[in-house]
Amino acid sequence: MTLLETVDLSKQFGDVHACDGVNFTVDKGEFLSLVGSNGAGKTSLVNLISGHLKPDSGRILFEGQDITFAAVYQRIRAGIARSFQIVNLFDALTVFDNVALSIFSREGKIVKIAALADHDRDVRRETFDVLGRFELNGKSGVPAGGLAQGERKLLDVAVAYALRPKLLFLDEPTSGVSTREKTQIMDTVSSVVRAGAVTAVVIEHDMDVVFRYSDRIVMMHEGRFLADGTPEEIRANKDVANILLGAPLSA
Amino acid sequence: MTADVSRVHYRPEPLLFAAAAVVLILLALLPPYIGLYQTQLLIYGLIAAIAALGFNLLLGYTGLLSFGHSAFFGIGAYSVAFLLRDAGIHSMELYILIGLPIAAVTSALFGYICVRHTRIFFGILTLALSQVLWTLAYKFFWVTGGSDGLRVGRPTLLAGMVSFTGRDSFQRFINGYYYYVLAVFAICVVIMWVIVHSPFGKGLQAIRDNETRAAFLGLRIRRFRWVSFLISGTFTGLAGILWVPLNGLTTPEVLYWPFSGEIVFMTLLGGFRNFTGPIVGGLLFTYLKTYAVATTEYWQLLLGVVLVLLVMLLPTGIVGAISAAADKLRPREKSV
Repeated sequence: MTLLETVDLSKQFGDVHACDGVNFTVDKGEFLSLVGSNGAGKTSLVNLISGHLKPDSGRILFEGQDITFAAVYQRIRAGIARSFQIVNLFDALTVFDNVALSIFSREGKIVKIAALADHDRDVRRETFDVLGRFELNGKSGVPAGGLAQGERKLLDVAVAYALRPKLLFLDEPTSGVSTREKTQIMDTVSSVVRAGAVTAVVIEHDMDVVFRYSDRIVMMHEGRFLADGTPEEIRANKDVANILLGAPLSA
Repeated sequence: MTADVSRVHYRPEPLLFAAAAVVLILLALLPPYIGLYQTQLLIYGLIAAIAALGFNLLLGYTGLLSFGHSAFFGIGAYSVAFLLRDAGIHSMELYILIGLPIAAVTSALFGYICVRHTRIFFGILTLALSQVLWTLAYKFFWVTGGSDGLRVGRPTLLAGMVSFTGRDSFQRFINGYYYYVLAVFAICVVIMWVIVHSPFGKGLQAIRDNETRAAFLGLRIRRFRWVSFLISGTFTGLAGILWVPLNGLTTPEVLYWPFSGEIVFMTLLGGFRNFTGPIVGGLLFTYLKTYAVATTEYWQLLLGVVLVLLVMLLPTGIVGAISAAADKLRPREKSV
């Protein structure tokens, strides 16, 4: 069942076509990887779908509803969340507060002004539950700015996950961490996401990670889709191999 | 994985409440020991603390530096003067009940315009709008009294039950008004403490730290900033309402930009990353300015030197420096 669909989605920066008539579909329950070289348009596509950028043309449909020009908060309410390529946290706030904020926002409690945030037992329970899933329980009282890079990456995903999205975009969740940490992070993220029945779209450069965790892989090149298939199909695709190795595309 | 049940229950901070109660009791016991003049100074200090407390919701918790908070202080002060002159109202409670919505509406209007921008653009807009009010107060002298200002007599307190006329009225007013302002101050501190520890307050801090991420949690950034501006301006307006009966006169000086600068100074002095910083800053600044003015005619120069030293040596303010030193003395893992 289709969860997200883009129709001829385009975005241009000067002469550069970041997205050039992209028709992208995501099915419910998928763990999909979006791959491609730097500048292929992966992050631009996620920025367009999440509302960070406005498209020049085309449409975005989420659960059949047109959200092309919906505000960011409306997309969040509809069930779209994202993490960021460069970790984007509230560094002065504790790890606990970073996650609790997502839950307050999701529950519509963030506007409460005459109640103490720490007194909300339901939010506290769920916050510790989410932190436990991401193995961050021991760091709950530490300011987010004081975490190691791998923990920051996990918290970045946990903050987005706590919104209980239907569709979660993860923009390079393992960038800037050691090879050993990559596996730990992806094991944690994929198990949490799959257990929560969340549909995930991951932007990733490490093809070992991509082949190991994905149900489906989509390759982008110069703002267009070059290949779309299962890990086996993508592994056998010559154009994908050529792009990854820097060789010219087949005619 | 299930949550650790013992941590789901929030542990209140009894030490914090005990310390606040002790400070409040000490403040209540002070007047007989410090004399009339010091009591009067302390009232000014408490009023400044309310203004700075409100201002810091915007600066410390929302990350917006206003250079126009004199506008709200002045609106509060002039509201009282108009209520007395044009409506013959003498009740302090009515001043507050009518003056507060006026300050709130002004803050809402100014905020609606200003929160469309951030950083220097926000600061300049607040400065410009406050200067408009200053110009109006200065030029429309047939309404505002111009540079002569408007006189305000001693109000009645507690719905007219306490009035100040006759013999020793000044002494009785200062002593009575001290406890009145102290009570309002305590209420303001509690309200602001709840606001900054509420989900809304956490949302403001999230916006301050990372606007983009806050937007991607579904927070409506501009609306949050606007509400913060409204509350901040209203608190500062309340300070103006409380200040004018004590001062006996309001002039356009309270709307002028240097007064906005003084509110910024107070907050920096105490520390804008602490809840108690602006309170301490407001009280200290009152004494600092009073004694600087009494010491030298170049008192602005003296305050300027203090400000430069403060920014260079204690960028987190006095309370910030004390709490950093205390943290160093007892290193421990923080827990929620």
